Amino acid sequence: MVEGKILKVSGPLVIAEGMRQANMFDVVRVGEGRLIGEIIEMHGDRASIEVYEETAGLGRGDKVVSTGAPLSVELGPGLITSIYDGIQRPLEAMRLKCGSNIQKGIDEAALDRDKRWKFEPSLKVGDTVVGGDVYGTVQETEVITHKIMCPPKKKGTIVELIPGEYRVTDRIGRIRLEDGSLEDITLMQKWPVRVARPYAEKLPPVEPMITGQRTIDALFPIAKGGTACVPGPFGSGKTVVQHQLAKWSDVDLVVYIGCGERGNEMTDVLREFPELTDPRTGKSLMERTVLIANTSDMPVAAREASIYTGITIAEYFRDMGYSVAVIADSTSRWAEALREMSGRLEEMPGEEGYPAYLTSRLAQFYERAGKVVCIGGDKRQGALSAIGAVSPQGGDISEPVTQATLRIVKVFWGLDASLAYRRHFPAINWLNSYSLYRDRLEGWFGENVSRKWTEYTGRCLKTLQLESNLDEIVKLVGMDALSAEDRLIMESARSIREDFLQQNAFEDEDSYTALDKQFAMMELVFFFEDKAKAAVSAGVDVEDISGLPVRERIGRFKAVPYANYKTELDSVKEQINTELNQLISAVRA
Amino acid sequence: MIREYKTIEEVAGPLMLVKQVEGVKYDELGEIQLPNGEVRRCRVLEVNGRNVLVQLFESSAGLNLAESKVRFTGHGVELPVSENMLGRVFNGMGEAIDGGADIIPVKSLDINGSPINPAARYYPSEFIQTGVSTIDGLNTLVRGQKLPIFSGSGLPHANLAAQIARQAKVRGSDSKFAVVFAAIGITFEEADFFISDFKKTGAIDRTVLFINLASDAAIERISTPRMALTAAEYLAFECDMHVLVILTDITNYAEALREVSAARKEVPGRRGYPGYLYTDLATMYERAGRKMGSEGSITMIPILSMPEDDKTHPIPDLTGYITEGQIILSREMYRKGYMPPVDVLPSLSRLKDKGIGVGKTREDHAGTMNQLFSSYARGKEAKELMVVLGEAALTPIDRLYAQFADAFEERYINQGFNENRTIEETLDLGWELLSILPRSEMKRIKPEFVEKYWPKKDKN
Repeated sequence: MVEGKILKVSGPLVIAEGMRQANMFDVVRVGEGRLIGEIIEMHGDRASIEVYEETAGLGRGDKVVSTGAPLSVELGPGLITSIYDGIQRPLEAMRLKCGSNIQKGIDEAALDRDKRWKFEPSLKVGDTVVGGDVYGTVQETEVITHKIMCPPKKKGTIVELIPGEYRVTDRIGRIRLEDGSLEDITLMQKWPVRVARPYAEKLPPVEPMITGQRTIDALFPIAKGGTACVPGPFGSGKTVVQHQLAKWSDVDLVVYIGCGERGNEMTDVLREFPELTDPRTGKSLMERTVLIANTSDMPVAAREASIYTGITIAEYFRDMGYSVAVIADSTSRWAEALREMSGRLEEMPGEEGYPAYLTSRLAQFYERAGKVVCIGGDKRQGALSAIGAVSPQGGDISEPVTQATLRIVKVFWGLDASLAYRRHFPAINWLNSYSLYRDRLEGWFGENVSRKWTEYTGRCLKTLQLESNLDEIVKLVGMDALSAEDRLIMESARSIREDFLQQNAFEDEDSYTALDKQFAMMELVFFFEDKAKAAVSAGVDVEDISGLPVRERIGRFKAVPYANYKTELDSVKEQINTELNQLISAVRA
Repeated sequence: MIREYKTIEEVAGPLMLVKQVEGVKYDELGEIQLPNGEVRRCRVLEVNGRNVLVQLFESSAGLNLAESKVRFTGHGVELPVSENMLGRVFNGMGEAIDGGADIIPVKSLDINGSPINPAARYYPSEFIQTGVSTIDGLNTLVRGQKLPIFSGSGLPHANLAAQIARQAKVRGSDSKFAVVFAAIGITFEEADFFISDFKKTGAIDRTVLFINLASDAAIERISTPRMALTAAEYLAFECDMHVLVILTDITNYAEALREVSAARKEVPGRRGYPGYLYTDLATMYERAGRKMGSEGSITMIPILSMPEDDKTHPIPDLTGYITEGQIILSREMYRKGYMPPVDVLPSLSRLKDKGIGVGKTREDHAGTMNQLFSSYARGKEAKELMVVLGEAALTPIDRLYAQFADAFEERYINQGFNENRTIEETLDLGWELLSILPRSEMKRIKPEFVEKYWPKKDKN
């Protein structure tokens, strides 16, 4: 145990002397209150310590004790449905222990030490194991089977493995390591958060992560194992997009990191998710969710740690062969925490005061995502998708955090305040957003939804692009100057925007749309356009076409329950035919 | 044992360096005794070996390096609180300035508070009727929300805030309420406007005022809102009251913060404001809310004036990222004479969705709200086009939208500062205005509600 004394306190930064023997990035306990901190710099026998709790009350000479271990998370049964702070302290347990406000220096184990879990071995005595091999399973929630794995880098032979009900720290068996020593097997393992968990091989992502959000799935899809960012000014609906992804994405597990954001938003997730059912499993969404909440009023240093805590937990589940999504809201707050610490350390600042290593840190975070072959003998595959919100100051995406993020991620969902003002939600701007997975996922959509998927989604994008070109003309000389065909394109683009892209997260039927219904919606819009085009060339006035009663039915198609959308589709198509034919015959007459 | 030090080494701006101290803690409160016996307060900003850097809360005038004495109190800055604070006036440091007796404190609370555990919060969902259509109908306020007013110099934000304080109520309940008002660096006239309004309505007896006027020490502004919020937390979470906190003007607060940061020679973020402005503002705003183990709530309306009406300025920008929406005032509407001059489209209440609908306001609320927003947006676009190209260039339907936008501004927004509308009046007015448009345009409202609420004009 290295023990030193405080020399300097400045906000979350503490400098202690007498720390020559301590390691970089060791966790230390600071002062009488045993606050948790981490060594981030060493100068001779002085250590600069980032303290994860409020430092008020610390002074010169207070004791600093190193724990000799880096900042780690506990991984084992009990993670799911939990809500943790940035350094994996369980907030629910803290509430029961010290009331509704967060007190300092609380020691509370991340995993419940008293709860017993039923362990079923899948290996037997005498089997040889390597890191990643599955000893057995614990049914953690109704939907997630927790695989108890041999920690990475271990190798040995099982000498004891007994089924039964265990606490996370109990011995469930023993293995003989290669050097002949015996080691206990427990349900729980620990892993340092700043080190990526190993995998056997990385694979290119080829399968979409289906979100049920039409703008995302159809126009700017993300792959399982991919990375995406959602920048947007305040009020543009970043958080709603993130919540929607957490709710509806077709992954096995979601780790939601509230990093320096509003307390009420985390509460919303905490209260709402248990009541929502997962459309795929029919079980509560909470049963596949882990929450990390380091709200904006909680200590800033723990905010820096929170995204590492979150992604390490996600990697652990990926190693079991699951598809996991990490959703971080917001990486800008994390970058600000970096900036604050950097300022206190008196480092030379880069752009806008952010440290020069901002880009490399961001890249390290996003690079932990990916589709991989997990370690272990059975070559199972897991995927980790990372989605980060970015909160650019003043909505200006030329600022350093957004720019650094854009250089790394493959999908950009740019939120637009002017769309939000018009209450076009999700306010994803179709002109500047992009997905580099579109081509790669084409095959999957073609096989699993429809051969015409890429044609239709491409047509949506093209029509919207044409609309923006035509809009310039309209603004200068008015709608009358456009040809009938162009006016029809404007109508069609309006229909794509209003009848397809706009999606109300708070309407039961509209909140999630299955892929085949998404396809049907596009089909309907283009069916109408094609028929209308024919009518226009027969001499029908565009004004009359846009005033047809069937337009309202197309608009309401999104609210049609999934069970009967097919009959409704046929019936609307029929009405389109009838009404347009009437117009055509009226012209001819 | 409390020691006194006569080792003040430097005083520069709001900062002071004291040498050769022993056992002083970070964030501790200090008291400086001037040669003339006057006592001023300060707070430890940095402990560095045996030196401490402190921040003064009052001006440094008259401070004498040789003769002044400093002692450290062993605790942070605290506010003595009691239920008897209601009806009283305090200065920015929490001392009574209304000439009345000192309050007898029930306890003293650290003004920095401590963060609310997100697992212990209740999600705010109780509808507050403010009687202002643009808020109730479109940007609904709920109990425990923090909803700032983004204003500019010369705009009547004070009138709107006073109107909300006067009219706000939760229907069907008569629980204990209180108002905590913090004047942060505003002028006497502005503070007086609020005080006389509170007096006129009798609300003054349920109000705690913390006053730091423009003429008071700027540095005191850093503690003023925290004093107010500490009082609010006591009233809300320990006396189970529903507290409305009005903080005006946050811009002055942020400027005081910048002053200290600049004096410390910190690396600045945007526009010279410190990099931790977001975190600092968040530790104030996040104190609003509802939590387990208490009946009370803190609803917060911070007011800030946007320099040059620029919403991307760091203060409104960072505020918008923390608060749950914003009410934006528009100079254009003000010039047109529409009061309160709320700029409807960029205004937003993030918590409205759970505070409206059946059992809270009315079933048709969500639909009509979205319909009004999008129709008004389209109407405004049509009007812009009309300015460039003339009315003839509009399609007949766009002409109706333009007409709707005018009527909406004239009647829905422009209700004046004295009219108190019930939510039903607001919703019905919305329907009446929507009926300027063809019924087929009501795409955002469920058909059954259109059926039920569409005004039956033909009969009259």
